[in-house]
Amino acid sequence: MNYDVAVIGAGVSGAFAARELTKYNLKVVLLDRCNDVAMGTTKANSAIVHAGFDAVPGSLKAILNVKGNAAMSDVCKELHVPFKRIGSFVLAFSDEETVTLRKLLERGNENGVPGLEIYDSEKLRSAEPNVSDKAVAALWAPSAGIVCPYELTIAAVENAVKNGAEFIRNFRVSKIEDDGSVFTVSDGKQEVKAKYIVNAAGVYCDEIAALIGDNSIHTIPRKGEYMLCDKSSGNLASHVLFQCPTIMGKGALVTPTVDGNLILGPSAIDIEDKEDVATHADVLADILAKTQKSVPAVSTRDVITSFAGLRAHLESDDFLIGKSEKNGRFINVAGIESPGLSSAPAIGEMVAGIITEDCGAALNPSFDPVREEPVRFRHMSNEQRKALIEKNPAYGRIVCRCETITEGEILDAIHAPAGARDVDGVKRRTRAGMGRCQGGFCGSKVVELLARELGVEINEITKFGGESKILYERTK
Amino acid sequence: MLNYDIVIIGGGPAGMAAALKAKECGVDSILILERAETLGGILEQCIHTGFGLQYFGEELSGPEYASRFIDLVNKEKIEYKTDTMALEITDSNVVYAVNKKDGLLEIQAKAVILAMGCRERPRGALNIPGTRASGIMSAGTAQKYVNIDGYMPGKKVVILGSGDIGLIMARRMTLEGAKVECVCELMPYSSGLTRNIVQCLDDFGIPLYLSTTVIDIHGKDRVTGVTIASVDENRRPIPGTERLIECDTLLLSVGLIPENELTRAVGIGLDRVTNGAVVDEYRETDHEGVFACGNVLHVHDLVDFVTLESQTAGEGAARYVLGKKQKSDQVTTKGVGTVRYIVPQKINLNNEGDVKLFFRVGNTFKNATVKVKYNGNELISRKRPRLAPGEMESVLITKKMLDTFEKDGVIEISVEV
Ligand SMILES: Cc1cc2nc3c(=O)[nH]c(=O)nc-3n(C[C@H](O)[C@H](O)[C@H](O)COP(=O)(O)OP(=O)(O)OC[C@H]3O[C@@H](n4cnc5c(N)ncnc54)[C@H](O)[C@@H]3O)c2cc1C
Ligand SMILES: Cc1cc2nc3c(=O)[nH]c(=O)nc-3n(C[C@H](O)[C@H](O)[C@H](O)COP(=O)(O)OP(=O)(O)OC[C@H]3O[C@@H](n4cnc5c(N)ncnc54)[C@H](O)[C@@H]3O)c2cc1C
Repeated sequence: MNYDVAVIGAGVSGAFAARELTKYNLKVVLLDRCNDVAMGTTKANSAIVHAGFDAVPGSLKAILNVKGNAAMSDVCKELHVPFKRIGSFVLAFSDEETVTLRKLLERGNENGVPGLEIYDSEKLRSAEPNVSDKAVAALWAPSAGIVCPYELTIAAVENAVKNGAEFIRNFRVSKIEDDGSVFTVSDGKQEVKAKYIVNAAGVYCDEIAALIGDNSIHTIPRKGEYMLCDKSSGNLASHVLFQCPTIMGKGALVTPTVDGNLILGPSAIDIEDKEDVATHADVLADILAKTQKSVPAVSTRDVITSFAGLRAHLESDDFLIGKSEKNGRFINVAGIESPGLSSAPAIGEMVAGIITEDCGAALNPSFDPVREEPVRFRHMSNEQRKALIEKNPAYGRIVCRCETITEGEILDAIHAPAGARDVDGVKRRTRAGMGRCQGGFCGSKVVELLARELGVEINEITKFGGESKILYERTK
Repeated sequence: MLNYDIVIIGGGPAGMAAALKAKECGVDSILILERAETLGGILEQCIHTGFGLQYFGEELSGPEYASRFIDLVNKEKIEYKTDTMALEITDSNVVYAVNKKDGLLEIQAKAVILAMGCRERPRGALNIPGTRASGIMSAGTAQKYVNIDGYMPGKKVVILGSGDIGLIMARRMTLEGAKVECVCELMPYSSGLTRNIVQCLDDFGIPLYLSTTVIDIHGKDRVTGVTIASVDENRRPIPGTERLIECDTLLLSVGLIPENELTRAVGIGLDRVTNGAVVDEYRETDHEGVFACGNVLHVHDLVDFVTLESQTAGEGAARYVLGKKQKSDQVTTKGVGTVRYIVPQKINLNNEGDVKLFFRVGNTFKNATVKVKYNGNELISRKRPRLAPGEMESVLITKKMLDTFEKDGVIEISVEV
């Protein structure tokens, strides 16, 4: 197939690049090596839309973060993704750290972050009663928010596909050839042709760039491990609570998620293996100790799962976005570590800008920015539920009891543009299996529904593609 | 709006026994709501035998035990709706439920009986680090795949936790041709029934490693192995005892949690140890007209006890509906030391008969004495050859004793060695 642009990597960066590109008369294909979108770093991070006071003024991180943050409300409205601008605090536990707060405030002002203010401990505690009484001051950033990163990505890809982009899963790019005007991108089995390439492969950006002889990028996977707590502890924090940053990152944080759970983390450890997202007991224990410094009441009692993500760190400590020095039709989107999620709408816009400036593509007059709101039974009133089930009885069967997810919602997830093909895909789109029992009850039901809807045997269904099969052969 | 005297949430053994008893006591307007496609509860997937020894004096399989009650429910023409999930109970005992056929149901009940059972604890509750590979599931999920769907969830299996479901699945998977490498138990004793350890592990040569846990899980897509280690008395892994065991499946049988979302949402008081409601001798909660029984109240090892307890709740609900219940002063019960909990937590002083107290201990004991005291004075002292966390114990508070009690008195149970 021939395309104008092939975007490699369906994380949040690739998703927004693809969506922005469909605003123009361009034929776009989005390739990912996994069985779904958002399977890389995008599925495992702190889910914070940062205000933008951390990054060095003038850096791409600073500019795109503030821009992305400002755009997030509208983008989330168009895509019907829950976004809560709950604001963040950076906590100071000593006079020395209070000095750091002032520096961050100045930096933030320079970056154009709105509304920054330093709170004394009293004001802090009335805003956030569970915070440690050892916190002496805090930097308040009202524009910070929280969003579900994979939901945002799924929605952006759905919208891109609706506007004409194609999504090809299980396409691990391993070879790129260029005849001077068209690239041939292949995974050894299939190939696509495209005039432009956007390299948004996360921690693998360096390896993808190397396929065209661009060896200028070297990503260092920097791992962050987390714990996720049950909703019963979700109210321990009502804002994002950071500690003062160190050279390794923003430090341990406590934050609610848009769904009302609580996230504790992340650690920051540089590693070698770009596939290693295992979690470790000692690291998790350390996270708990550190986060208890901010909110003493957090405990392992309510932890329902742990996970880890890899930051695609570059030596330069900034995003690297632009034409490759080896090939002007090859656009690198590299080093997209934090605040990559916050910046995603702005990154997408920047990428589309570079390509359209180069090729002069016209605007796509039929572009529709709206992604329909998925049915969310659990958020409906009883009246709405009544009407919904009358229209489609599949919404009258609850499959996931912890999160109150209906069969209808699961069918929607499977049949959506670039829809779910595996158990984790259903889970990310609907939350089925994300509650207290972590799929213990509904996991097998989801497997059955996937098999039925995709027309395969139940032992062909995977957890997340590849070899992650759930069932073997039939019993005797 | 529909109207019923008693609405029962959950059509497992608890819900059915409660319904039948309420009917027997003279209440006709009863509705059972069951989320699954059939009545029977978790028993439907327990195709092994070992049910009903106490209640029927016979050894039945789970589905057989359930079907006896299903037959009775049908015979007594008790109404039920399957494939129907209760979503909410209001302060005034209105139950909201949904199904495909009726859509959203709004049911005004005079009394509600909570019989939602329990679910298995997930991995996160244990904080096992490692990868997120496929092949990690609860033993009950595996049981469903094997017994209901007819597919094998793995070939080389490690089981963490020696709860009864884990033990039963060790045998089941072995019979289906899988290799069960071992069962690891964090505690120095198994929480499973002795008979299950003998019949499910010993008879098949499957090792049970006590004071052992899984400290790491390996594999990117599918599990390829787990690292196990011995633990010290504080349940911390002992360095140097780590051992890698190759496997493609890790089954978790690490306990059950009563399913009390509905209970919590309406504000019913819960017991921190049982994770079930605080109840009186008729299993009435602190929310008038709402009763609870079976695994949703506290986790039972034998279904026979579930049945008995649920009959009590059914009778209580019937008394309430028929206006026979009278307000009364109460005494409370309290487990001391190793006695982790007692059900019921409260007893009404105007109760007309004896009251059985059920309790669990937190450790294994040989030749121990169970002591029951009322306001510090000994009422009962009973020698027991063996006490174990896996087996529920009971003592009887007679009507005669009860008559001597006064408002706000405290009954304490302790174990002395
Ligand atoms: C611990 C941690 C915490 C963070 N917290 C925040 C935060 O709170 N706020 C914030 O703004 N940002 C945060 N970030 C950063 C944010 O998560 C990332 O910037 C963002 O997810 C990067 O998205 P991406 O699309 O660039 O990369 P990815 O999500 O990694 O996507 C890359 C995609 O490329 C695919 N791919 C790789 N190789 C190939 C190939 N050969 N062929 C085809 N496809 C391929 C992968 O499958 C993957 O889907 C955090 C990051 C980490 C690790
Ligand atoms: C795997 C396993 C093996 C066992 N092995 C043995 C054994 O060998 N011998 C023995 O004696 N006992 C055994 N038991 C114990 C016995 O099965 C249980 O004690 C008994 O089933 C508990 O009955 P219950 O009615 O309280 O709960 P359940 O059987 O769990 O029934 C609860 C019912 O409530 C329904 N429900 C829950 N929430 C809702 C809602 N909101 N709306 C509608 N319906 C709802 C559920 O679908 C379920 O059907 C075993 C238990 C398990 C889990």
